[in-house]
Amino acid sequence: MSDIPAELKYAATHEWAKLEEDGTVTVGISDHAQSALGDVVYIEAPEIGLTVGAQEEAGVVESVKAASDIYAPVGGTICAVNDALTDAPETVNQDPYGDGWFFKLTPTDAADLDDLLDAEAYAEVCADEE
Amino acid sequence: MPFIPHTQADVDDMMSVIGIEQLDALFDEIPAELISDRLDHVPEGMSEMAMLQYMAQRAEQDQGYTCFLGGGSYDHHIPSAVWDLTARGEFMTAYTPYQAEASQGTLQLIYEYQSMMASLTGMDVSNASVYDGASGLAEAVLMAVRANKKNKAGRVLVAESVHPHYTQTTRNIVRNQNVDIASIACDANGRIDPASLDAMITDTPPSALIIQQPNFFGGLEAVDAITDWAHAQGALVIAVVNPMSLGILQPPGAWGEQGADIAVGDGQPFGVPMASGGPSFGFICARGTLMRQLPGRIIGRTEDLEGRVGYALTLQAREQHIRRGKATSNICTNQGLLVTAGTIYMSLMGPQGIRETALDCHRKANALRQRLLQVEGVSELFAGPTFHEFALKLPVPAAGVVEQMMQQGILAGLNLADFAGGMQVAAEQGLLVAVTEKRTETEMDQYVAAFTQAIAATAGANT
Repeated sequence: MSDIPAELKYAATHEWAKLEEDGTVTVGISDHAQSALGDVVYIEAPEIGLTVGAQEEAGVVESVKAASDIYAPVGGTICAVNDALTDAPETVNQDPYGDGWFFKLTPTDAADLDDLLDAEAYAEVCADEE
Repeated sequence: MPFIPHTQADVDDMMSVIGIEQLDALFDEIPAELISDRLDHVPEGMSEMAMLQYMAQRAEQDQGYTCFLGGGSYDHHIPSAVWDLTARGEFMTAYTPYQAEASQGTLQLIYEYQSMMASLTGMDVSNASVYDGASGLAEAVLMAVRANKKNKAGRVLVAESVHPHYTQTTRNIVRNQNVDIASIACDANGRIDPASLDAMITDTPPSALIIQQPNFFGGLEAVDAITDWAHAQGALVIAVVNPMSLGILQPPGAWGEQGADIAVGDGQPFGVPMASGGPSFGFICARGTLMRQLPGRIIGRTEDLEGRVGYALTLQAREQHIRRGKATSNICTNQGLLVTAGTIYMSLMGPQGIRETALDCHRKANALRQRLLQVEGVSELFAGPTFHEFALKLPVPAAGVVEQMMQQGILAGLNLADFAGGMQVAAEQGLLVAVTEKRTETEMDQYVAAFTQAIAATAGANT
């Protein structure tokens, strides 16, 4: 059973989203996703300043066996990317909800987070896949 | 057990499992208007005997000529060891090396090929090869457009002096990919004048610029200035190069202040027979930061659990069997056999051998060029330094001269009337002549005599 923190929101495409106190949203991939991908070797981060809609592509995560698109869980403008992953992509496997975050965005409308799954609903998505 | 992989019984079994009645049902998702009933120009099958007779007849057409023909394919000496080794069953019949534990020989060979190509072009990485130089250029364009995050519009500038077939192939491959290819006109010397480049500046900054060295007409471009100009516009520089010329010319990795970003070309000069124009192999090398945008496969060197050196396909996650429509290319193969020949050629020649061969070509071409310019009525179509190929302007149409010299067993060169496209040159009288290290003094004497005679005869017939 993978780790699904209760305080986060989730997309069915396995990204997590966290509304920070400064109003930005931090995005990463779930423990379930990192486990399914295997050893992560590369992250193609979005450009800072890029505006994306919800469910639009915002980067690629590549493991030894697959490459998958990362989708923005909510629409907004990318305001930070985790440069540390360039040299240490394994951080995504080691700490998917902490230092393994991918990017932060300024949401077009923070209320969009309400459309995402809560931990319980996301656990069902994962259970269906296993 | 039948030898063929899919007997009708196998096919029927598989169709019944997935619940289809006809094989065509597998292709239902392809829009009907894209499906061709039959392929024109593809002949009916032949028996082995008929095929061998046909091929022997075709091969004969290549024999018995002294070759001064170039235009992208060149008549270099191929040491006997190249094809003796390449034709060994271990190389000749090996399938694509997906299974690393069964393919170490092939994998190591490709790894050595990549290392040699990267060193020759002065770039950081090479892939395992692509089909040919022209498709390599198309891949480089797609790669540059993907990689250029600053200038995203997909506007690509291509020098008019790039091989017209390369440009046509590129246009064909990229035409549905939102790439806009704009041509940079040549000056009166068949080269790109760096001072003219500012005229290409528009509101849409270019994603990439393509320059060929030596160019299609054999001339040397001001690659340093052109590279620096392109970088100042935020464009990536794609270098199209003849690998043999790199024995004496600056490698693309050293062009201008930062070097070209991608280097492509055709490997034919390295151990591949001209064979009526094909097959050949294309190479594509890039700076390290573009590694993940390189299409196709790359072989990496690694260690097994016991610390022993081994080789394996790497960075495969970007290939189409995993990434589907988002793969870096929809062609994920390489030219294994011809790369084997090219790699053995490079190993036998070494940097010194390639340098000496390139110098020999250059000296002989210069010598013949000077002699031909003495012939009455002959002038330079384009002046300036060249590598081993040069463009002449004849006083008569080149077609007749080529035809007459062929009757004397000499392939005089390329009639530029067939290649000039929209270029503002005296194409009908243009002849592109290539000279390799294979051409002897006697052959060049024979060329001069036949050339002089053919021009006089054609001029006489015209008056």
